[in-house]
Amino acid sequence: MPVAVALVTLIVVTWLINDQFLSAQSVKDLMLNATILVILATAQAVVLITRNVDLSVGAILGMVAFSVGAFFEAAPQAPVAVIFVVGMLLGGLLGAVNGALVTVAKVPALVITLGTMYAFRGILSTWAGSKQYFSGDNPASFGRLSVETVLGLPIITLIALAVLAVVAVYLAFRRPGRDLYAIGSDPDAAKLFGIRVQARVLLAFTACGALTGLAGVLYASRYNSVGALTGSGLELDVVAAAVVGGVAISGGVGTVVGAGLGAVLLSTITSSLTATRVDKFWQQAIVGVLILAAVVVDRVTAIRRANKLRVSEARDD
Amino acid sequence: MAAAAPADATLVLRDVAKSFGAVAALRSGSLVVESGSIHALIGENGAGKSTMVKIIAGLYRRDSGVFRLDGEEVDFTSTADSKAAGVAVIYQEPTLFPDLTVAENIFVGRQPLSRLGLIDRRRMREEARELFARLGVPIDPDRLAEGLSIADQQIIEIAKAISLDARLLVMDEPTAALSGVEVERLFGVARSLRDRGAGIVFISHRFEEVFDLCDTLTVMRDGAYVSTHRTDEVTVDQIVKEMVGRSIEALFPKEVAPIGEAVLEVEGLERGGVFHDISFQVRSGEIVALAGLVGAGRSEVARAVFGVDAYDSGSVRMNGADVAPRSPQAAIAAGMAFVPEDRRKQGLVMELSVARNLTLTLRSQVSRFGLINNRAEARAADDWSRRLQVKTGSPQHAAATMSGGNQQKVVLAKWLATDPTLLIVDEPTRGIDIGTKSEVHRLLSDLAGRGVAIVMISSELPEVLGMADRVLVMHEGRITAELSRAEATPERVMHAATASTEETVA
Repeated sequence: MPVAVALVTLIVVTWLINDQFLSAQSVKDLMLNATILVILATAQAVVLITRNVDLSVGAILGMVAFSVGAFFEAAPQAPVAVIFVVGMLLGGLLGAVNGALVTVAKVPALVITLGTMYAFRGILSTWAGSKQYFSGDNPASFGRLSVETVLGLPIITLIALAVLAVVAVYLAFRRPGRDLYAIGSDPDAAKLFGIRVQARVLLAFTACGALTGLAGVLYASRYNSVGALTGSGLELDVVAAAVVGGVAISGGVGTVVGAGLGAVLLSTITSSLTATRVDKFWQQAIVGVLILAAVVVDRVTAIRRANKLRVSEARDD
Repeated sequence: MAAAAPADATLVLRDVAKSFGAVAALRSGSLVVESGSIHALIGENGAGKSTMVKIIAGLYRRDSGVFRLDGEEVDFTSTADSKAAGVAVIYQEPTLFPDLTVAENIFVGRQPLSRLGLIDRRRMREEARELFARLGVPIDPDRLAEGLSIADQQIIEIAKAISLDARLLVMDEPTAALSGVEVERLFGVARSLRDRGAGIVFISHRFEEVFDLCDTLTVMRDGAYVSTHRTDEVTVDQIVKEMVGRSIEALFPKEVAPIGEAVLEVEGLERGGVFHDISFQVRSGEIVALAGLVGAGRSEVARAVFGVDAYDSGSVRMNGADVAPRSPQAAIAAGMAFVPEDRRKQGLVMELSVARNLTLTLRSQVSRFGLINNRAEARAADDWSRRLQVKTGSPQHAAATMSGGNQQKVVLAKWLATDPTLLIVDEPTRGIDIGTKSEVHRLLSDLAGRGVAIVMISSELPEVLGMADRVLVMHEGRITAELSRAEATPERVMHAATASTEETVA
């Protein structure tokens, strides 16, 4: 997988320039930084595979992260597990709204979720106003999820890996998971085939929302403050991570493992540019080049295949 | 007049009707397929065969009529329903998922599972391999479906149908893209399915295949049932007569016009896998019809001549001068006009007003200083709608609000305003009611009378026979016959279109 090669190369080169890059603390920071983006990219990949997209994930994440603060303010003694359930339910509900609109209105998901992105963000802004919740307001055990490690891995990173594994198995080895690929590969053929396209697309958006909700809960654990603007602009990073990780925006192609690696790559680039003292501006430019490279590679293979098809058809005559 | 239904019939359709808005796609379709038999369904394009297939597949719901499977009344609302009831359909166009493996394409939705409830890929692969072994084709189950030849894709569709163990298998022109060996292989499979008690519906335009494979056949015409025969009790001529039996006089015939110099000369036009060695001439005042079945390559030739699509070799000349390939602008400059088949998508801007659509090709005439003059536009639009008798609420209404016939007139007007010397029309009256049809015909006839050379692509035999001075018949990418008006009979055109016999002319 090219993205894995790029990631290893990036880490090795950075380490050669600055040997502090792979110190224990630095590795832990790398993982913590990547965790939330990995979950979001996993969620987004599920939707992208069906030839849809969800641009409202930043707003959903903000909404859920802010709810975490509000929840602990109202119920400081509640067990930490409850907030995970609440966060995923809220995220799943918002995702289902997207899914329902996309399947019923038959308008491209790009437009629908652009709309819900503003709508969700607007609701959050009205609700939050200028209020912010700080990590100190939450129960200490909640904050510790982002500090303590098991076998050297932060707990929230373990959660992310578990989620990635479950979704990866579901997409590769469960019938509904395979249906998602079929739908993204050719929606008309899927309908002709008798696949329940609408139900599956609704499922994909709901799953994306629920996983984004999980990421929102972890965001509240990991970062110091959450407010009306939490998660703004994140949706583009997420789509970028998935695309760099080999998930085709045109659907039917890619894996969540790839999307996860794409997320790790993007978040590691930031760290390694800091470690090698490169101007921060270059980070965005390099991400841009990576996306273009991913798209070009994708396109070139597609054209090659198409040419092969035409030649083989001509030969049949 | 429907056929009698014996008790052991797998499929019974009686007086089934289906309309889309005002257009009746199927008026009264009847079909009885007994178990353990292969039944051919034949008829011209537009006879209603495909609509019937889609009703059987659960893609459409019938408006009325009887639909029984194994004696049970059924009403499918989706293709999943029909599949669950044991119906497998192989469509003309393979419908595979290009990004999935071959094995998965066969088993989507019913992949073999392991004890853990996960997909057992190894078993899926082995089952696919067994299917291919049975079919005698070496296709790798692990390769992606993308890039497979049409024939291989069709084989996968067949493997899919076999693995479903269907009691009713419908094949909608499955052989159109297959070579002789592959057709034989397909027939072998179909016969073995029949011998195991399945009912099979076979749609094909190739009569020799129908007679080779099928036990019985049903003829359809104009959306209705005509007759059912045992294949050993009927001849090709008889069937052809039943397929086309329809009066041509009811339609507007072309008036005699003086025929002049050659306007369009096409020489050895070739595009790999699409059409081959296409040469013909069209003279001024002449209507040349391109007849043939859907998929014979007629529209593709027209698009190549007009420069929309590229061609590999050959030449196109207008009035003796070469026309640059791949350039509609060059074609228009040389005097060509092209009215495409799908006027909603390619001929009109549906959201724009009728007037705007009419004057789209007249921009320079109705504008001053590079800006469109509204009054000049309205005047030009008025003039043309009057000349073609376009009936519309107001020229300011969106084009989408007009009837199909009037839309077609607007498309024609749009091009006539450019004063072309050659007009290419693709299915000029498809989806247009009978009354407006003859108006479109009168218009084409008028144009020919004024010296315009016309190439008309049409799948409707009466239209071809009534309008054309000369008929070129295409079959599978080649011109198989050139018939003068006097020579062109329904039977001869049909024979050449299906390339069924001796009638073919080099």
